[in-house]
Amino acid sequence: MTILATRTARPAAASRRRFWTRRTRRAGLNLLGLLVALVTLFPIFWMVSTAFKPDTEWYSLTPHPLPAHPTLSNFSTVIDGSVIGLPYWNFLKNSLFVTVVAVVASSLIALLAAIAVARFRFRFRTTYLIMLLIVQMLPQQALVIALFIDFRSLNLLDSLVGLILVYTAFALPVTIWMLRNFVAAVPRELEEAAALDGAGPVRIFRKILLPLVAPGLVATSVFAFIFAYNEFIFALTFLGTDSAKFTLPIYVQYFYGRNGAQWGPIMAASTLFTVPVMVFFLFVQRRLAAGLVAGAVKG
Amino acid sequence: MVRTDYGQPGSVSSPAGLPSGHGPPLTFRQWIRRHRVAPYLLLLPSLALIAALVLWPTAQIGMLSFQNYGLPQLAGAAPSTWIGFSNYSQILHDPEFWLSFRLSVISAAIMVPLTLMVGTLVGLLLARLGRKMATFVSSVAVLAWATPAVSASVIFVWLATPDGGVLDWLLTKLPHWLGGGAHWAGFSWTNAALPAYALVTLLVVWTGFPFIAVSVLAGLRTIPSELHESARVDGAGSWRIFWQVTYPLMRPIFQLLFLLSVIWDFAVFTQVYIIIGELGQRDEYNLGIYEYATAFQLPPAYGLASAAAFILTIILLIITVGYVRASVKEGALT
Repeated sequence: MTILATRTARPAAASRRRFWTRRTRRAGLNLLGLLVALVTLFPIFWMVSTAFKPDTEWYSLTPHPLPAHPTLSNFSTVIDGSVIGLPYWNFLKNSLFVTVVAVVASSLIALLAAIAVARFRFRFRTTYLIMLLIVQMLPQQALVIALFIDFRSLNLLDSLVGLILVYTAFALPVTIWMLRNFVAAVPRELEEAAALDGAGPVRIFRKILLPLVAPGLVATSVFAFIFAYNEFIFALTFLGTDSAKFTLPIYVQYFYGRNGAQWGPIMAASTLFTVPVMVFFLFVQRRLAAGLVAGAVKG
Repeated sequence: MVRTDYGQPGSVSSPAGLPSGHGPPLTFRQWIRRHRVAPYLLLLPSLALIAALVLWPTAQIGMLSFQNYGLPQLAGAAPSTWIGFSNYSQILHDPEFWLSFRLSVISAAIMVPLTLMVGTLVGLLLARLGRKMATFVSSVAVLAWATPAVSASVIFVWLATPDGGVLDWLLTKLPHWLGGGAHWAGFSWTNAALPAYALVTLLVVWTGFPFIAVSVLAGLRTIPSELHESARVDGAGSWRIFWQVTYPLMRPIFQLLFLLSVIWDFAVFTQVYIIIGELGQRDEYNLGIYEYATAFQLPPAYGLASAAAFILTIILLIITVGYVRASVKEGALT
């Protein structure tokens, strides 16, 4: 009897103890997660917070996390262009033009290449794929010297067209590398059935492959978008003298270089440049995690 | 070039088909099928762009590095001359080159392990968190990753400003035994190489760890949970489980992440350019900045810079070979 009682009592106590240790462990882990999130978020938070602070609050002996008297004056300084002489929209327009054209061009060209690599076995296929891996890793600050000389003789300096060309080419390896998985995932049988029904390659592409690959096209174009929207070295070198042609990264850097202590407007400009990318990134985040390591993506 | 290969001009623009010169009439489509050129045609646009804008410039760097090429040659006022290895010997005898080289190597040697460590720890944490919390933390991490290098650099300069920056304020509030104290007030992070690169390292870890964390998390999901459970039942602690179960199973992923981090961190440019204040302070150059400044600061020396650029490229290519081999072993080409 007593033996039975102790036998049942012991596991109960142990499981209760385990329950509590599990709860404290869980709380500890959540706390740690929260800490990581807060530390990670802080620089971004500080940028946005400074952007809303009036100039009397930029510097203070004890920094306050939130603006005491929030203001939009920093943003209006940036947007009406009273510091640089050109409004923010001018640079946003340049950036969007370059980025959108480069993304569309590289996505289409990459789709063709992805079909070749995913659907055909041919000589040099492996060579081509390895070439893509290597090309991604070439340092842009080295290539920019030769491209500067080439573009100068082609009259492509101080021109957004030159940037579009470079961004399209440099976005290709990652885009092809990721797209080929999406193309390979489309069942071949669908295409074969359509071919049996008498559809030609163009029709098969338009009616079957393209609609099925479209979501993948969106996911991979994110990387081309991020690359082109954020790119610094080429824009810095090619757009050197013509500030009206600046893209947003160069604009933000130039703004900062010119207005060393005007942290409110600088952070406002930086916020206006950064927030769209972040919204975009969060929007597509779920699709990003898969297949990142192989055919890696520059962060 | 494509047309002469076909021997039938016009066929490109009219896929409906024109008779070919020899034998039975072939439509363009039949010709493609017979000679199996479809994949090559599909690759042509991408190959042309990459060849013209990536491969050719790389070759040009190699050629320029053996030439005397400066402003007169750029303007066409003087012909460029082949000068053998003298660009290289000039670079290799420049103490500033070695200073920048050393800064690149040392900073990468610190950034890479630090980023990998923080990223792995956060990845392991994410795997243990509940669903909601994990989504929250990884979303925040993705924000850091998505922050453009230019914005991130400007933000970090602002955080570390000597007058009114949060970083110095925080360090003055830190207890003495943690190295804090009043001597941090007004400390300038960008005026000397050591603090400047400490700041760059902080920035690189901040933007770099989310990618590692997400990749490690994805890798952890591929490990059957029974392995961890049975190890825990056998009484192994977290530390031992990581090194004896998790790490060996995920070694290929870690290898790829390591090589990628080395390639990226060795060639870090934008962050350094902004944090050291453009090209002002020569003793704070890393290899990439040194090479860029040689090319684009007056007087421009494109040939000389190409020699440095080629050295940088070769170093990165050597690491890339390891990366490609690891990727191929992982089955990346199938």
